[in-house]
Amino acid sequence: MSERTVHPVPHDADEGEANATEPTEEPTESAVADSNEPNATTEPTADEPTTGAQSLVSTLEAAGVEAMFGVQGGAIMPVYDALFDSDIHHVTMAHEQGASHAADAYGVVKGEPGICLATSGPGATNLVTGIADANMDSDAMVALTGQVPSGMVGSDAFQETDTTGVTAPITKHNYFAGDADTVGDMVGEAFALAETGRPGPTLVDLPKDATLAETDADPGRTETPDTYSPQTEAESDAVAAAARAVEGAEKPLLLFGGGVVKGDACEEARQFATEHGIPVVTTMPAIGSMPEDHDLCLSWAGMHGTGYANMAITHCDVLIAVGCRFDDRLTGGVDTFAPEAEVVHIDIDPAEISKNVHADYPLIGDAGTVVEQVDTEVSPEDTNDWGAWREQCSSWKEEFPLTYDTPEDEPLKPQFVVEALDEATDDDAIVTTGVGQHQMWAAQFWTYRSPRTWVSSHGLGTMGYGLPAAIGARFAADDDQQVVCIDGDGSFQMTMQELSVAVRENLDITVVILNNEYIGMVRQWQDAFFEGRRMAAEYDWCPEFDKLAEAFGAKGFAVDDYDEVADTIEEALAYDGPSVIDFHVDPGTNVYPMVPSGGANGKFALSEDQL
Amino acid sequence: MSGEDATDDQSAQNPSGGMPGTAPDDRPHPDGRRNEQGIRIDPEAEAEPRRRTAVVSALVEHEPGVLSRVSGLFSRRRFNIESLTVGPTTVDGHARITLVVEETESGIDQVEKQLAKLKPVIQVGEVDDPAVRAELVLLKVRGDRPDEVHAITQMYEGQTLDAGPRTITVQITGDQQKIDDAVDAFRQFGIIEIARTGQTALARGDTPTTPGEEPGHSTQPPEDPHSAEDSETTDTTEN
Repeated sequence: MSERTVHPVPHDADEGEANATEPTEEPTESAVADSNEPNATTEPTADEPTTGAQSLVSTLEAAGVEAMFGVQGGAIMPVYDALFDSDIHHVTMAHEQGASHAADAYGVVKGEPGICLATSGPGATNLVTGIADANMDSDAMVALTGQVPSGMVGSDAFQETDTTGVTAPITKHNYFAGDADTVGDMVGEAFALAETGRPGPTLVDLPKDATLAETDADPGRTETPDTYSPQTEAESDAVAAAARAVEGAEKPLLLFGGGVVKGDACEEARQFATEHGIPVVTTMPAIGSMPEDHDLCLSWAGMHGTGYANMAITHCDVLIAVGCRFDDRLTGGVDTFAPEAEVVHIDIDPAEISKNVHADYPLIGDAGTVVEQVDTEVSPEDTNDWGAWREQCSSWKEEFPLTYDTPEDEPLKPQFVVEALDEATDDDAIVTTGVGQHQMWAAQFWTYRSPRTWVSSHGLGTMGYGLPAAIGARFAADDDQQVVCIDGDGSFQMTMQELSVAVRENLDITVVILNNEYIGMVRQWQDAFFEGRRMAAEYDWCPEFDKLAEAFGAKGFAVDDYDEVADTIEEALAYDGPSVIDFHVDPGTNVYPMVPSGGANGKFALSEDQL
Repeated sequence: MSGEDATDDQSAQNPSGGMPGTAPDDRPHPDGRRNEQGIRIDPEAEAEPRRRTAVVSALVEHEPGVLSRVSGLFSRRRFNIESLTVGPTTVDGHARITLVVEETESGIDQVEKQLAKLKPVIQVGEVDDPAVRAELVLLKVRGDRPDEVHAITQMYEGQTLDAGPRTITVQITGDQQKIDDAVDAFRQFGIIEIARTGQTALARGDTPTTPGEEPGHSTQPPEDPHSAEDSETTDTTEN
């Protein structure tokens, strides 16, 4: 145990050109022995010096990145210059918000971090909405932002924003790149951190000197930091205790949250449900984790979830929640949420345990791994007979069906359009949406069968998510997988400039606008809670979306009548490129069932007079 | 309890897209309830959850921005914070942040868990009583009764740092109670200015202050013992 107290003297290497003729032999203090530096013998391509930006791009290539979404600009130019020689497909977006949503959706569909990049200042601030969205929905994403040169940081330079400061509350972690030598490792770490444990967005701020300067560092390693090691398996005692609770239940219910999809645990979760015959409700982000046409599936619960899902969650006596954070849109008022249930909560993030709803049986770990642990521990011989409970759930399905009328003398019903579109597309078609009434109908009246086919903005509720998300999803999806965006007139107008990107890239996506000439969800609330004072909710000033689509170079359609619906959808789906159908739907249709904010799930309203 | 009262007279379709089904008041509802913390309670006897003061110690990587991440977390999540102190530890490149918070039991639990999620945070733990706690206060009082000021300073085992014809500045250290008392005692002279550090704390005996914490192996004191200065935008050479 020889105490070595050698303080490595920082080499104040001038940032000049390190002349290659100079042997870089450090006068080693004899004590230095075990240099744990990776042997840097990977030869740099030719004898060209590498810049920080090139090292960054090599890092992304090594991590397997195939596509990224961004907008050029002054401070990020060195990175773009390095991309010029890369095989990574860069998709230029019309607005940085589009880049962040496209990257987010790309990541959701592909199951790996999506990458977006933007320049400093306004470029970075335009990413903020998409980063916040990814943060709320725990989507793996890496944002790369240009920054003014280090020496000018803090001087209020042109296009300078404190990006790490602005994004600290909405990222899992963010970094300020110090120099060209470390930028690769930093981006590698940001990439690894985004997808490890509970996923989330990370950001690396790249001052121009760090990307322009030369470096001989190897491409960065895609590794998480030492301080980050999420637990994979739950403690066996805790698993046993939870299993006993499940066995002793009279009315057990599984609640699949977004973590089931993010953790690729759908197979294990479905297996657990079917093996023991436990009914399943999902949260909105978990739509598709359980096939909605399965007998055990009660679809999704919450504010606009199905009546039967909300009845089941209200009356269950053991709730097994997997990868869910008990958001207020799901729980309604916490005081009345699953009020008689013992809660088994499986989550990879310990901070989610008992944050909103107290967990009687907390199980920390990876969703798939822990579900399997519980599955193994629950013995079918020791469980109660849950047949009556399953029948009860089925009878609720009968009692509270999702239906709507289609009177001939009234305008087109939006629900009809969603069902017709579902009918016309393949089972594995991907649906992206904006936020509002159209989003709820898209979730209610479409039957989802697989994970990562429902791509939407849940936690943040970002209007405008749909179209850029469809673009991102299109790049991530299989070539033969259809991508449709179900949008609202209000949402579409927030990011409709991205249609130019879909045209330029000739992306085969179909945008369906359920146009009711209202910011409809607001209008619904105004009618219910603000005495019908429809302040700023009327959208009769919308453009003609079919003509707008044509102006962009896409294919445009407009539909008013029931008998045109199926044919137009057929034509739009067949069109090889982006198409937009403007459905003029009934402006008066509201979304039901509805649990009013803070209300009891079991008291969902079925019509306005019940609110 | 079963909701088997499916009626034939389903509510009439209203034009705004209402749905069929039993009306809310005709459905069965369980009697149970949860409190604000999401804990199931006896609806008959609900007590307001108590807040208490807790000292939380976090071992962090001493990197730029760590303090703003911690303070940002507290403001963002509306945690009730009384004080925050920071300083280096025996390990090079590590710092200890000591926080005093006043929260409910589940609030304190959230404080610890959310802190632990921050990337630069290595370990977090509540410093249970009995802990060693201390705070430092600088008091500037009027200088027209120097002898009496000196006597009170002695009584509180303090030191005089600066004395002039018009003002006297003293330093007192100790636990919160002692500091509070000292401040009260000095009021008689007319306090001009006060600066308090907030509490810092260590676990008693050989219990590590944060779980699994070990002393640094360096035989030398860590260099550069200035407190964590926090600026996201300085030159960040990683050590």
